[in-house]
Amino acid sequence: MKKVYINSAVTISAQDTFDSDGFLNEIKGLSGKTVAARYPNYKNYIAPANLRRMAEGVKMGVTAASKALIDSEITQPDAIITGTGMGCIDDTEKFLNAIISNDEQFLTPTAFIQSTHNTVGAQIALGLKCKAYNNTYSQAALSFEWALMDAQLLLQQEEAENVLVGGYEELGKEIISYRRMMEDADGLGIQVPYSEGTSFFVVSSEKIENSVELIAMEVYSTISAESIQNSLKQFLAKNDVDLSEIDVFISGRNGDVFDSYYDLTAELFENNTQLHYKHLSGEFYTASSFGWWAAYEILYRQEIPEAMIFKGEIKSDNHIILLYNQFKGRDHSFILLKR
Amino acid sequence: MGVAITGMGIISAIGHSVEENKTSLLASKTGIGDLRHIQTNHSQAIKVGEVSLSNAELTRQLQLPEVHNYTRTGLLGLLAATAALENANIPDCSTYRTGFISSTTVGGMDMTEKHIKQFDKDITAQKYIETHHAGDSTRKIADALRIHGLVTTISTACSSAANATMLGARLIKAGKLDRVVVGGTDSLSKFTINGFKTLMIQSDSLCAPFDAHRNGLNLGEAAAYLVLESDAVVQKEKKEVLAYLSGYGNANDAFHQTASSENGEGAFLAMQKALKTAKLNPNQIDYIIAHGTATPNNDLSESRALERIFDKQIPDFSSTKSFTGHTLAAAGVVEAVFSILALQEQYIFPNLNFKTPMPETGLKPITSVVKKEIQHVLSNSFGFGGNCSTLIFSRA
Amino acid sequence: MADLRQELKEKIIEQLNLEEFTVADIADDDALFGDGLGLDSIDALELIVMMDKDYGIQLTDPKEGKEIFKSIAVLADYITDNRAK
Repeated sequence: MKKVYINSAVTISAQDTFDSDGFLNEIKGLSGKTVAARYPNYKNYIAPANLRRMAEGVKMGVTAASKALIDSEITQPDAIITGTGMGCIDDTEKFLNAIISNDEQFLTPTAFIQSTHNTVGAQIALGLKCKAYNNTYSQAALSFEWALMDAQLLLQQEEAENVLVGGYEELGKEIISYRRMMEDADGLGIQVPYSEGTSFFVVSSEKIENSVELIAMEVYSTISAESIQNSLKQFLAKNDVDLSEIDVFISGRNGDVFDSYYDLTAELFENNTQLHYKHLSGEFYTASSFGWWAAYEILYRQEIPEAMIFKGEIKSDNHIILLYNQFKGRDHSFILLKR
Repeated sequence: MGVAITGMGIISAIGHSVEENKTSLLASKTGIGDLRHIQTNHSQAIKVGEVSLSNAELTRQLQLPEVHNYTRTGLLGLLAATAALENANIPDCSTYRTGFISSTTVGGMDMTEKHIKQFDKDITAQKYIETHHAGDSTRKIADALRIHGLVTTISTACSSAANATMLGARLIKAGKLDRVVVGGTDSLSKFTINGFKTLMIQSDSLCAPFDAHRNGLNLGEAAAYLVLESDAVVQKEKKEVLAYLSGYGNANDAFHQTASSENGEGAFLAMQKALKTAKLNPNQIDYIIAHGTATPNNDLSESRALERIFDKQIPDFSSTKSFTGHTLAAAGVVEAVFSILALQEQYIFPNLNFKTPMPETGLKPITSVVKKEIQHVLSNSFGFGGNCSTLIFSRA
Repeated sequence: MADLRQELKEKIIEQLNLEEFTVADIADDDALFGDGLGLDSIDALELIVMMDKDYGIQLTDPKEGKEIFKSIAVLADYITDNRAK
């Protein structure tokens, strides 16, 4: 079975991550209920004729995807796969509000047609005239992971050599405010702002100089707190990786009561470095793609930003990273990366 | 041979079960008519393929508690998915590695659009804040079926369920699952009714796929699921195989966000890939269930693609959207069920409302129920964003 | 007539989000679709809604738009002849 490598990684986030050559050197502390991403200059990547119809999430996605392809020197990927939890929520809310406030009269099509979940994947394909396999996943906090699983499957089965894969999320205006309202009414709710962003990667069966290997990944719709440690042990055993070999453990902590899952899994490790990222990226269904980007950068640069440290010392040599994310006790994912 | 299909379940405008759908198809009885369950200013101007049961009736049939936060998308999906597992004789999903791959475009919008303006104050409305996203109905159905591992939702507009079916087959072939329930669900909503109105591709009468005077689609709602199982499990459990998923292909038209290219390139590539995975020549296809939405653009584009693939010798074809309406994400799996019925019964279903062939191609779909020897059926599903998917089913 | 043409240019730029264009960039006889301004079928639908909402003209067949939206001059003439608002 073919191995799977990450050959480029790009993220647009609430931090200075797209245009910066550094790696989370200057951190912006996130506060408040919601935080928008730092939007790059899209005109460098998207023609005005196309830009005019795009909502923010589509602009971000197409831009990050373009850069990921440029960085990996791939012009035509063999597949384009995206993941998003809420889809193109900006245009969805726009069209819905137009229906409601105009009593279904004088509605225009652009917001409707740009509201389907596969718009980002479609616009990327359109821009590249890429007629290859194209798919979009929307499974809450596993949306990005499923896009990855599909890419991994294509590569392992030798149905593709280079796959462009990414996750994106838009804040939107209305539904997010209600989600925040419900979250804040719960005393044990999410402690970081909701945010937005996009991360795109070229994953490949071809190893190049700056490749990071995706050793394995597994996703689960449900795992009980009682079973989480065993699930992780089984995952590692299945992939011949010992707990002691894991140099860095990156978790999707967001401050809510379900962080207990991360506490439980962290108990299994004695001496590794524990990192977190949602205080930097904010929380959204595809925030784990930011964590993935950070993991790639850590292994490639052999550098760990101080801002990411949750617990433990930073070692000089880091080769194997375990990422674990879940959301409200559901949508669990374990990912092993190596360089 | 392909991946074995051992069960199916469906609810659509032409029936609440596989049996009822089959009866309607064989009787040429359409389910398209007036809109009943949604309040909209456009109800006089459109025809739809609506499921006749209300949400309350679905709730009762599913024996759910009276107070719940299933959206209509979720209710339809749960009914069809449960039926599929029953049909496959699977009482317990924990005996083998079982996955659930659903699909939807509407997601929870049917409830969001009703309640969003009450989200700030009304507690009974607030339970629908979390149900808007596409993964909600999938998770609820997976939980009800007690499938805990690989669960996901695909959302690629009108090709969604075909892609879900394809993914299920790939996971079984790769040995990652022993069994998988695949399919999709979409309910009618004011959002989609208005959306398609703005595109001016919705007909005010019964849709006439491939007809020279076709003037648009009828929207529909439905849910359907197939159960796919590995050869090892089929043998071990001595399962009856309904049909095989022998081929599949996914390609992108990369032409325009909503319109299909003139020569149907994406469709052509998807069909080509499907024939390749099935190891079949075009002349081995006995029947095509076309995407055939009855829009001026799709039917011409798809016809061109069919001409190219079949070298102008197009096998018998029809669009069953004249029965069910265009069920958006669910279309690919609704038509998969119909493909399997065609194989089981050895009947081709008619393309209702067709009178005059398109001047550009002269193609004529089948217009009555025809008994025919059918070994292989090809089914097309094309969506916004250029997403084109094709499935090929073969006789068991 | 000149006012209507100016008005149409402003509306088109706003409705279709043509950020790169000013009124001065659009000549009365420039082709709006295809090689001229490069508008497409979705833009045509947007303009059909504008016709209804702002001028009370209802086009039921999108194909009618092809002739009417040829250029600002043609569009202005058509509106002048048919407007209900």
